[in-house]
Amino acid sequence: MEDLKNILTTHPFFAGLKPEHLQLVVGCASNVRFDAGKFIFREGEEANEFYLLRHGKVGLEVYAPERGPITIQTLGEGEILGWSWLVPPYRWKFDARVIELTRAIALDGKCLRDKLESDYQLGYELLKRFSQVMVERLQTARFQLLNVYESH
Amino acid sequence: MSTNLIDVPDVGAAGVNPMVPRPYAVHKVRQETSDTFTLELAPEDGGPAMTFAPGQFNMIYAFGVGEVPISISGDPAKPATLVHTTREVGIVTRAMRNLKPTHWLGVRGPYGSGWPLTEARGADVVIVAGGIGLAPLRPALYQLVAARKYYGRVVLLYGTRTPADILFRRELQQWHSRFDLEIHVTVDRAIGSWRGNVGVVTSLIPRAPFDPHSTLAMVCGPEIMMRFTVQELEKRGVAMPNIYLSMERNMKCAVGFCGHCQFGPTFICKDGPIFRYDRVQPLLAVREI
Repeated sequence: MEDLKNILTTHPFFAGLKPEHLQLVVGCASNVRFDAGKFIFREGEEANEFYLLRHGKVGLEVYAPERGPITIQTLGEGEILGWSWLVPPYRWKFDARVIELTRAIALDGKCLRDKLESDYQLGYELLKRFSQVMVERLQTARFQLLNVYESH
Repeated sequence: MSTNLIDVPDVGAAGVNPMVPRPYAVHKVRQETSDTFTLELAPEDGGPAMTFAPGQFNMIYAFGVGEVPISISGDPAKPATLVHTTREVGIVTRAMRNLKPTHWLGVRGPYGSGWPLTEARGADVVIVAGGIGLAPLRPALYQLVAARKYYGRVVLLYGTRTPADILFRRELQQWHSRFDLEIHVTVDRAIGSWRGNVGVVTSLIPRAPFDPHSTLAMVCGPEIMMRFTVQELEKRGVAMPNIYLSMERNMKCAVGFCGHCQFGPTFICKDGPIFRYDRVQPLLAVREI
């Protein structure tokens, strides 16, 4: 547990979180490991956790009939995987497939949702952080949509 | 020295008129991707090989079709073969794509400024390339590799559309296998067996291994990509004067005479194409130019 606390304390995503809030988050955290080729989650499944990737590479995919899986983004060390646990109806929108052996800290979303509802300050702090992740993902998605290399 | 009020190009000290192309023979045309190709040329007139600085370009004339500026993509240490890589986008480059060995082209150059490899000595070097923008950066990579001990970490961040659009794949793999180079490639979208990164090139910057306070960055790609790249580099802490961009505008004469490539008070052909970011930053925000 102390290891988890150290990792979460030093991670930029949780930087500045009050010690008592960090303690609540640590209570919902666990170490996980996924082998290459395994799916961490699949589109449509219940989204009840998110992951702080410590090592490895994960591809976010969408499956298209007759084309197969299309990778839309890869995530690696230090990045956050998953925010559908935070937004109703709490269902994954994409598949997350492990490309390289991945070690991560899983945060139990059900456990966290209850804590965020009862502690609005913690809720605000986590929403601020997830908003930042979402804004960055939205900006990169828009950048991808521009298809800037087409005419260059 | 010209006595005209405007700076009319003159016959240079070496007796070479910069407006007259020199004949070069095509030695090889190599298809790189579905829409990009590399030309290998050698002078037909028996004169000396062209020496150039990484980042410079030539005006290439397809006889009877037209002339276009194309960056030099070869190794400056091997000037006997002049190498250009370009995308087939119009009638001139289409004509070039259809050339065969022994066909001729006209070449004027080299023109423009080069990448600041001397200024980069002692510092980490981050090269950010988008799409065909890797071509004018390849000569800089050759020189960085050749003089590796003079630089800190050397990092290439390269983004392109799909795995099939990756330029210079074999060289990238060779460089990737070296312990003293960091090569990171990402594609905007991927289907099938691709196991590399997917996402825009700027997403590689936050975790790229370099010391932002002692880094010189060289960026080449579509202007939108360069804008986003500069924002990410600044977010990492790289100072504006340590960021260099390769700019592109419609170049015709290549010697600062015709004005086609005027960019505020500068000419891309003569004062660029490589600019220090802080010197062009105010101009990049002016939509009319």
